[in-house]
Amino acid sequence: MVKNSFTVLIADDDPDYLFQVAFYLRKAGYEVVAVESQAEAEQVILKMKPDIAVFDLMMESDDSGFILCYKLKRKYPEVPVILATAVARETGVSFGLSSEQEREWIRADLYLEKGVRPEQLDQEIRKLLKL
Amino acid sequence: MAQLKVLVVDDESGIRSGVARILGNFHVTYPFMDEDYTFSIHEAATGEEAIEIIDRDMPDIMLLDNKLPGIQGVEVLEYVKKKNLDIVVAMITSYASIDVAVRAHNDGAIDFIPKPFTPQELKTSIEQIAKQLYLRRITNTLKVEGRKVRFQFLSVLSHELKAPLNAIEGYLRMMQERQLGNSLDDYASAVERSLQRIESMRHLIMDLLDFTKVSFERHLENMQEISLNDLVSMAIVTVSPYAIHKDISFKTDIRHCGKIWADPNDFEIILNNLISNAVKYNRTGGTVTVTVDCNEDDFTISVADTGIGMNPDEREMLFEEFSRIKNEKTRNISGSGLGLSIVKKVVELYHGVIEVKSEPERGSVFTVMIPKMQVTNIQS
Repeated sequence: MVKNSFTVLIADDDPDYLFQVAFYLRKAGYEVVAVESQAEAEQVILKMKPDIAVFDLMMESDDSGFILCYKLKRKYPEVPVILATAVARETGVSFGLSSEQEREWIRADLYLEKGVRPEQLDQEIRKLLKL
Repeated sequence: MAQLKVLVVDDESGIRSGVARILGNFHVTYPFMDEDYTFSIHEAATGEEAIEIIDRDMPDIMLLDNKLPGIQGVEVLEYVKKKNLDIVVAMITSYASIDVAVRAHNDGAIDFIPKPFTPQELKTSIEQIAKQLYLRRITNTLKVEGRKVRFQFLSVLSHELKAPLNAIEGYLRMMQERQLGNSLDDYASAVERSLQRIESMRHLIMDLLDFTKVSFERHLENMQEISLNDLVSMAIVTVSPYAIHKDISFKTDIRHCGKIWADPNDFEIILNNLISNAVKYNRTGGTVTVTVDCNEDDFTISVADTGIGMNPDEREMLFEEFSRIKNEKTRNISGSGLGLSIVKKVVELYHGVIEVKSEPERGSVFTVMIPKMQVTNIQS
């Protein structure tokens, strides 16, 4: 399967992290759309359907990633979402999912610790895309 | 030395003895921790046995296989959740079974250790879990003691410290692997960005030091007569390398009340933060005006800039910890997001208030008002 027929949408407000991840994923052969904010990601979702999305959790607000996840899944339920965050482990169980109601609608396919090696991210993406 | 009880639930005896061997002489340290953690291992071959041990020994951490001969791992997890036990659970599983992962996650499993795992993978997971456990417990203790140190604060802090490390590490790996080319010139922007991230991390650490220095109590023994004129000049000198670079000019107007009775550290923090912000968020060639004045009741310090300003929404969050305003204009300005929250706390120590007036593209004025009574030597 040729990877460049797959588009990865990445949203992360850390410009360095974004640059690095986009660089590696392009090198691994994906088409990459990289944006720096929740707002920009929402614009992208309106215009196009990515094959998979990688969202940072905390951008303009603490739960930007969750909101994006929700919006993307509402429009394209079948598109897998990876939530990447550097806080997950320290905040532990909750991920900011404070109520049952929130848990109902937040359905990321995978949570990843930031700082994950590019090869591993590629591997996780391939798993989710069933490549 | 504190010991954490780890319960390994797996029907494969090889996994159980492996975990016991790997964790037997492992210990975890953490900057926030007073002591190291070591581990004692308890083993269960079935879910039923695990529940017995949970009831009897109350482990701190449980490593739980899902596929067990009798009841399944997720059912053990549900038991822990139902009884509301303070056990951190990590599933030993393969990533493939995503529904189990989702269900386990919803029931409070915090980590997934893929099987088979290397000793290093296990240690890394256990290290994270131990740190988290520590944070969780210390938060509980602090809550019980009624002290106001927030979990949120620690987690955001660790986020703020880790993000630049990740970025710098990423660039270094790119260099190590020669990802961008073989010439040093290919890495100019990676190096530049790394230096910027280091710079912002340094700011954060300095602010954190301020944060710990201000115990948010007034130190009566430090109270002395201080000259605001001197403190303002010092703050301007401190920020001047940057100000020269941006061609910023200063105006100071110390009208009255140039001398007050206060802790100089506190006023250094207030002035340094406000004046350096006024430079940082100014336009090139702009002006910073520092005014000190008083009326019958209050004493005021105001710092005005001619910079990028803020809209009302942005203004609202300004004094919260780590609330940096993120937009195109602030992108290349480094800051920890702690400065103004520290200033506010210090001002409140003196029963004062801090206010801000701002207009996008025109500039901002920060005004600190402190009741005169609070900065007057009562004895004299």
